[in-house]
Amino acid sequence: MAISISKSISLATRPPRKRSRLPLEAWAWIGPAVLLLLVFFIYPFCNTILLSFENADSTRFIGLKNYVTIFTDPDMLDVLKNNLLWLVCGTALTVGLGLLIAFLVDRVKVEGLVKSALFIPMAISMVSSSIIWRLVYVYEPPNQAQVGLLNALLVLFRFAPQPWLVNNSVNNFALIVVYVWMWTGFCVVVFSAALKAIPEEIIEAARIDGANRWVLFWRVTVPMIAPTIAVVTTTMIINILKTFDIVYVMTGGNYNTDVVAVEFYRQLFSFGDYGMASALAVLLMLAIIPVMYLNIRRIRLEEAGQA
Amino acid sequence: MIGQQVQQTVAPLKGSLQRRPARGLLLRRLSDGLVTVFALLLALVWSIPTIGLLISSFRPPALITTSGWWTALLPPWHFTIQNYQQVITAEGLGRAFLNSVIIAVPSTLLPMLFGSLAAFAFAWMRFPGRNTIFFAIITMQIIPLQIALVPLLQIFTSIGLTGQYAAVWLAHTAFGLPFAIFLLRNFFAALPRDLLEAAYVDGASNWRLFWTIVLPLSLPALASLAIFQFLWVWNDLLVALIFLGGNPQSAPMTLTIASLVGIYGQNDQVLTASAFLSMALPLVIFFTLQRYFIRGILAGSVKG
Repeated sequence: MAISISKSISLATRPPRKRSRLPLEAWAWIGPAVLLLLVFFIYPFCNTILLSFENADSTRFIGLKNYVTIFTDPDMLDVLKNNLLWLVCGTALTVGLGLLIAFLVDRVKVEGLVKSALFIPMAISMVSSSIIWRLVYVYEPPNQAQVGLLNALLVLFRFAPQPWLVNNSVNNFALIVVYVWMWTGFCVVVFSAALKAIPEEIIEAARIDGANRWVLFWRVTVPMIAPTIAVVTTTMIINILKTFDIVYVMTGGNYNTDVVAVEFYRQLFSFGDYGMASALAVLLMLAIIPVMYLNIRRIRLEEAGQA
Repeated sequence: MIGQQVQQTVAPLKGSLQRRPARGLLLRRLSDGLVTVFALLLALVWSIPTIGLLISSFRPPALITTSGWWTALLPPWHFTIQNYQQVITAEGLGRAFLNSVIIAVPSTLLPMLFGSLAAFAFAWMRFPGRNTIFFAIITMQIIPLQIALVPLLQIFTSIGLTGQYAAVWLAHTAFGLPFAIFLLRNFFAALPRDLLEAAYVDGASNWRLFWTIVLPLSLPALASLAIFQFLWVWNDLLVALIFLGGNPQSAPMTLTIASLVGIYGQNDQVLTASAFLSMALPLVIFFTLQRYFIRGILAGSVKG
C-alpha cells in the first residue's frame, strides 16, 4: 500500500515526458535527422553566405560587390521591383479573396463543393497550372480566331486581343493571377476552419443586434480570427518570395517578368555566377527574417500557452 | 459560470429568432439564395481553366491551334487520344512518369522515418538542448531552399551525384524533415500520457513503445504527412531542375514538361496531354484522401 502510494506520488510529481535515462539515447533518436539537416541544410546554408562574398567561380573574395550590383544594376532593380509587385498583389489577393469567400460560403449548402473547386489547384503542380493558364492566355493576331479563352472573351465584347504574357503593363499581373488561382483555395480552407471555431452564439447575438453581413464581417469575424489571418498572411509572403515555377515555365523571366528566384537560377546555370546566385539566395533569406521572427514568437507563445 | 449564464440568455433568444416576422426571414432566405448562386458561379469560374485543359488534351492537334476548346463542346465532336499516345511514346512522358515515382517514393518514406524518430524524442524524452534544437528545426521550415542549393550542387557534382536519383532523394529528405518533425511532434505529444506510462511501467523499451503504440496511434498524422510530402516532391520543379537538369534520362514529369514548353513554344497538343498526365495522380490522391490532405494543411498553419 505504502509503496503504491509513493509510486503514484512519484509518478504524479515526475516532470512530464521524462522518458530516457540517458541523454545519449535521445541523441540516437534525433541523430539521423540532425545529421541530415547539418550536412544538407546547415552546412550549405553557411557556405552560401561565404560564396555570396566571392566572385563568379568562387576564387576571389570581393566583399559586398554582388550585393551592390543587385541594388544598383537597372536589370536587377527591375527584378526586385517585380518581386515586390508579386509580394503586395499576390498576398493581398490570396488573403483578401480567401477571407471573403470563406466568410460568404460559410454555412451555405454548397460550401463543400465550392471549397473543393477552389482547392483542387493546390494538388496539382505549378508546372501544370502554368500550362493550364498558357492556354487561357494564348494570343493570336487580331485577324485570326482566338484560341485562348481570355482573348476570345475580349473579341466577343469587341475589344482588341492582348498578348498577355508579353505586354509589360499586364504580364506580371497575368502571372500573379495564376498564383492567386492556385493558393486562394488554401486560404479559404484555413479561414473556413477558423470561422467554424467562432461560437454560434456570438454570431446569432450580433445578428439579433441588427448586424448585416458586412458589419458582421468587419466587427466580429475579422477580429475573432485575426491570429489565423496573421498566420496565413505570413505563409503567403514566404511562399511568394520564393516564386519560381510559374515565372520559369510561362515566360522564363523574359519580357520584364523576372523575379529573384528565377534570376537565382539564371545566374547559376546560364551565367555560372555562383557568387551572384548565392547573394540572391541570401537576399531571399534576409527578406524572410522579419516574418520568421514573428513566426517564432507566435510558436513560443503557443507553446507557453500549452504548458 | 458566466458562460452558463450567457447560454441561458441566448437560448430563449434563439427561440424568438425563429418566430421573427416572415418578411425578415424572406429577406434572409433571398440573400442566402444569392450567396448560393454566387458560390456556384465562383466554383465554375475556378474550374474552367482546368476543364479547358482537359478538353484540349483530347482534341486533334490541328483543331487545338485553330479553334477554342469550347467549340469542341458542340457537335460534330472530334475527340482523340492520339495526343496521349504521342507524349507517352515519343516525348518520353512514360519514362518521366516512372522517374517521378522513383523519385517521390523514397523522398516520402525517408523523411517520414527519420522525422518520426526525431519527433518521438522531441515529444517524450528530456535532454539538454531539446527545445533549442526543436525550435531551430521548425524555423528551417520557412527558410528558402535556394540558400542551400549552390553549395549542395558543388558537393554533389564533386562526388558524382548530380544527375542521379540519390541526389534528389537526399535533398528532398533534408528539405522535408523540418515539416515532418513539426507535424509529428505535435501529434505525438498529444497522445494520452497514461497509455505510454502504463506500457513503460510494464517494462516496454522506448523502441517497442514507438513501434507498437506511438506509430499505430498516429496513423492519421502519418497519412497527412505522407500525402503532403508525396505531392510536394511530385510537383517539385526547382530541386529536380538543379540536380537532374543535365540528365533527361532521370528527369521527373515536371522537369520534362517544363523543357517541352521551351522546345514547342505555342504547340499545345503535347503540352496539354502531358500536363494532364502529371496531374492525374495528384488529383486521384486529392479526391480519395481529401480529409487527410486538409488535416495536414490545417496542422501546418492553424493549431488546435
